[in-house]
Amino acid sequence: MSLMPTKQVEAIEFGLMTPDTIRKMSVARIITADTYDEDGLPITGGLMDGRLGTIEPGQRCKTCGNRVGECPGHFGHIELARPVIHVGYAKLIYKILRATCRQCSRLKLSEEEKKELRKRLHKTMKLFGQTETKVVDEVLKKARTETCPYCESKQNKIRLEKPTTFYEETEEGPKKLGSLEIREWLEKIHNEDCELMGINPEKARPEWMIWTVLPVPPVVIRPSITLESGVRSEDDLTHKLVDIIRINQKLRENIEAGAPSLIVEDLWELLQYHATTLLDNEVSGIPPARHRSGRALRTLTQRLKGKEGRFRSNLSGKRVDFSARTVISPDPNLSINEVGIPEEIAKILTVPEKVTDWNIEALKRLVLAGPAEVEGVNYVVRPDGRRIDLRFVRDKQTIADSLEPKYIIERHIRDGDLVLFNRQPSLHRMSIMAHMAKIMPHRTFRLNLCVCPPYNADFDGDEMNAHIPQGGEAKAEALELMLVQKQILSPRYGGPIIGAIQDYITSAFLLSKKDTFLKKKEACQLLLAAGYSGPLPPPEVAEPEPMWSGKQIVSLIIPKGLNMTLKANNCRHCETCKEENCPYDAYVKVKDGRLICGILDRKTLGAQQPKNMIHRIVKEFGSDEARRFLDSLGKLLIAFISRHGFSMGLRDIAVLKEAQERIRAIIEEKEKKVLVLIKSFEKRELERLPGRTEEETLEMQIRQELSDARDTAGEVITSEYLNPKNPIAIMAKSGARGSALNLAQMIACVGQQSVRGERISRGYKNRTLPHFKPGDIGSKARGFVESSFRKGLAPIEFFFHASGGREGLVDTAVRTSTSGYMQRRLINALQDLKAEYDGTIRNAIGDIIQFKFGEDGIDPSKSDYGKAVDVDMIIENFVLTKRKEKV
Amino acid sequence: MGSKTIQKEENPKIEGKIKELLDHLEKETCIKIRLEVEDKIEKYQLSETEIETVIKEVIKDYKKALVEAGEAVGIVAAQSVGEPGTQMTLRTFHYAGVAELNVTLGLPRLIEIVDARKNPSTPTMTIYLDEEHNNEEKKAKEVAKKLEMITVERVASNVEIDIATYQINIKLDEKLLKDREVTFEEVAEKVRGKMGKEKVQANPEKFMITIDLEGKTFGEMQKLLEKIEKIHVKGAKDINRIVIQKDLNKGEWVLHTEGTNLPEVLRTPGVDYTRTTTNNIHEIASTLGIEAARNAIMREAMHVLEEQGLNVDIRHIMLIADLMTYTGEIRQIGRHGISGEKESVLARAGFEVTVKHLLEASIAGHIDELKGITENVIVGQIVPVGTGTVELLQIPTFSKKPKE
Repeated sequence: MSLMPTKQVEAIEFGLMTPDTIRKMSVARIITADTYDEDGLPITGGLMDGRLGTIEPGQRCKTCGNRVGECPGHFGHIELARPVIHVGYAKLIYKILRATCRQCSRLKLSEEEKKELRKRLHKTMKLFGQTETKVVDEVLKKARTETCPYCESKQNKIRLEKPTTFYEETEEGPKKLGSLEIREWLEKIHNEDCELMGINPEKARPEWMIWTVLPVPPVVIRPSITLESGVRSEDDLTHKLVDIIRINQKLRENIEAGAPSLIVEDLWELLQYHATTLLDNEVSGIPPARHRSGRALRTLTQRLKGKEGRFRSNLSGKRVDFSARTVISPDPNLSINEVGIPEEIAKILTVPEKVTDWNIEALKRLVLAGPAEVEGVNYVVRPDGRRIDLRFVRDKQTIADSLEPKYIIERHIRDGDLVLFNRQPSLHRMSIMAHMAKIMPHRTFRLNLCVCPPYNADFDGDEMNAHIPQGGEAKAEALELMLVQKQILSPRYGGPIIGAIQDYITSAFLLSKKDTFLKKKEACQLLLAAGYSGPLPPPEVAEPEPMWSGKQIVSLIIPKGLNMTLKANNCRHCETCKEENCPYDAYVKVKDGRLICGILDRKTLGAQQPKNMIHRIVKEFGSDEARRFLDSLGKLLIAFISRHGFSMGLRDIAVLKEAQERIRAIIEEKEKKVLVLIKSFEKRELERLPGRTEEETLEMQIRQELSDARDTAGEVITSEYLNPKNPIAIMAKSGARGSALNLAQMIACVGQQSVRGERISRGYKNRTLPHFKPGDIGSKARGFVESSFRKGLAPIEFFFHASGGREGLVDTAVRTSTSGYMQRRLINALQDLKAEYDGTIRNAIGDIIQFKFGEDGIDPSKSDYGKAVDVDMIIENFVLTKRKEKV
Repeated sequence: MGSKTIQKEENPKIEGKIKELLDHLEKETCIKIRLEVEDKIEKYQLSETEIETVIKEVIKDYKKALVEAGEAVGIVAAQSVGEPGTQMTLRTFHYAGVAELNVTLGLPRLIEIVDARKNPSTPTMTIYLDEEHNNEEKKAKEVAKKLEMITVERVASNVEIDIATYQINIKLDEKLLKDREVTFEEVAEKVRGKMGKEKVQANPEKFMITIDLEGKTFGEMQKLLEKIEKIHVKGAKDINRIVIQKDLNKGEWVLHTEGTNLPEVLRTPGVDYTRTTTNNIHEIASTLGIEAARNAIMREAMHVLEEQGLNVDIRHIMLIADLMTYTGEIRQIGRHGISGEKESVLARAGFEVTVKHLLEASIAGHIDELKGITENVIVGQIVPVGTGTVELLQIPTFSKKPKE
């Protein structure tokens, strides 16, 4: 591995191969259709000729003398008895034949016209660097005249019968144009005319679109495989080439023997068919060539095309070494920028380390540990490039002693090594982040829960990949750009994407509640878990026993100097905010790193919550401080909630008889209303909404009533019958998980089920299920579920609920594929755009797309939720505080 | 948001040193920030020295937040729009503020926007009215009546084929005519214009129009019947339905339509042509120009995302809109637009329709200069964005042996 690239590809030129170059680059003329002789050796002059490269391990190539891995393969060639048309160019040949003269092969345009068109062509070339297809199309269309302006001969109509047969409509009727004839015609075309037709005659003379010599691809791209039974199975390309050679041979013999032209013609057509299918086996108009088993052959075009083709699968996407994949599981004790790597994996993945005079002793110890120990070495690479595999070394001591500077050892990864961690689908850049390795026992990758949102990971069996950067540049980039804490702020909206989730939020909510007080012992335990080592502040309650409020404890790990205010999740959006005196304690205020008031919940600590505390800390104290804060906050909250205890069960959704009665009453009342609506509809008394039919109006109103039913029932339950300590209520209130709707569905009523945004209406004729009368449009017959999840669903309700649920599943499945394709297109269209040193945004060829990114040149990930500068904050920090100081 | 041009108004109170400072600020940053600072100066009553420190800090912070050279803004923008796509609902229809009108939103609409489809699946316009007409429902209705497309079908009580006489009879409804403010003669005139004068007989007393179709087959007559029903009599073409609604925020009456016809609507008196808009981006491009289309793309895309409650910075959408329009015409994101017109052969081949691009490049003798991302990935070289922009290399040399 060298640090300096030795060669750079500057450009790739495209062109057609001349028959001469094909012959020149060929190492063997292939003449026999047979591949191997009786002994299983390749026949010279056959398709598996040893000169075409080797595929047998241990064998040397007869041309270059290299072994399997090194020999790049060499082309051979087949001399065709009759020329053959390249299918891909049939259309273009057709266009050219129509635009040029049958007699003199000149482009059928007058000199003046040509001059004028040439001028336009050059102009567009100058502007866009490439031939403008529009001009070329115009040329080809304009030149379809009936008489040639040069030799004045009359032009016959040319017809193309797809895919490759040309006819000339002569006065005596249609006459087939042979490939020889066409080739001659094309040969006579002038170079100047080529240019006008969009052909670069230096790289691609038109007659080269018709093959006289066929290149035979080297065996390495069409390897044959030996099955277990010893039977050889040839590649699809080889099969196709065998066909070509066989027919070519027959054709030649027939021509030489002076066979009737009908036979020659037929054979030529067969040869053309084989040549066509060799290039593309999916051409419309001809049956695809098939394998004996009936499977269509995968020939050249099929190899390149599509998602599994060469381009997208092998060229745009590459496979890598030094990677690992396994199941993930959570570990709240890790830092957010760490990842737990199983020992088994750590012993396989390595990092190259150069031996120097400064590290030689340490590396010797590693070499002695060998490949089997957790911190060991797998390979030693000597300066001459020889690799020593330590697995097969008995005497590690001698190897260790032989270490010298300029040796490279490949040591196991160990704690602190950089690891790129990735979860598919990699939808945004936070899907690959750099973590510090932490070698751990057991067989899963471990990660901190706060990094789940950027990866969109959970632990129901998700797997993730790890990649180990090998070079210095890669490591430096990983460390400076990809480290987890550098990615806390998402470039999508300029806010934090990493933060507390689920139980962390519940815990923060419980801890920062007004009535949470902790004894000294408890407080100390929590702070120890959080890694706090400073002094305890004076307790908030002194008698009878000193007690600290939860807010005090949290304040200790908030960075000193942080000032911010914010409204919590349970803010009721009162008309005038009472700020510090908020009755719900929803006004969060932090002053100099002390939580003065307010409950900490999703809005303050949660992931994907712009302008929250984590956001402020990143902005004002940097991402490293934010990482420290998240780490100790996480540990503190876990410690608290494990001591406090938090769970939910059936009893948490059981409500009093009285409450159940209330729910029943509410639902019954609404159902009655629905009946009234239906009655008035039947009497045609329903007042239509503007622009709606009566049916639509009825539907809308019924839906409105029924959703009201669930909402009011839920509302009544939550506000009147629910214990404020109810864990589900706490989760909903803090924003940790679930919503009032979930709560209502569990306790009160599941509500209306819908498919395609409407009440469920399909199934049987005029009814959803045979349990209803035809034409019943009442609430129950159209998918209203009045039971709650606690009570359990009636069979019919269960069915409706499943229908609604199924739609959701189908929806997600469809959505992932369509949105995936949209993203692929977006990425492909936008990937070349980058900011230049002058601040403009340009594409690959330097066209300016924007003069200033986003009209102000601001990077959204460095902005404050889209704003470039927080002027208020500056005034607060630089003016108002100073003013106060003066007073 | 960004679609509005910021009007720069001279504040007479700002002069002298402060004006100089602010001018400096604007030069270093942008007008948006200057205006914000101006606001804040007034709000906090800042003194001159205070203004100076604030401006210094603002400039410092602004420079810190600038995009760095080489930043792959395109990829970030594409990801920022693509990633929330997975979180969007697929449900096609949503109510666009008005309960009576359905408008495609969510992922299908977003795809429609980046595809630059010629016709949106649910074309709709939001027509604002001028001050004279936007206070009263009655006056708004007047404008609506002028705009709504009226076809023969909509004023006729019956349109039928009389096989015995080879005629098509149109019976107009007097009430409907009055309601829609169309005269019998107007309808007759339009029908004559379409069908030919000789064939059409109008009977104003009976509200009957008869069309002679001697010699036509029944099938042809039926086709003609459909055509006749659709004859456009009055109003803006394609504006099929208008819903009048009071905008509660602004307290004015606004028209929402089904179907769009921007040029016609803008021309209609009573319409506030400065605010009226459509969701048909191509129509905006052809009537108001490419810059307007660019803003329309931004507005529409932003609206879709915001409606779904997804946070995406406007700058990303701006970039997409600019890329789609910078050539002067709207280009689709995809095979028939930007991706298909890339200069690099390999980049095009790597996206879709691989073989076609390779064949074309060969015959034209194109040269791929490997300036983009895909090309360099294909040949296995460092990609020219981000840290790959820098073309400096360190030549590593081993230092001499340390002194012992």
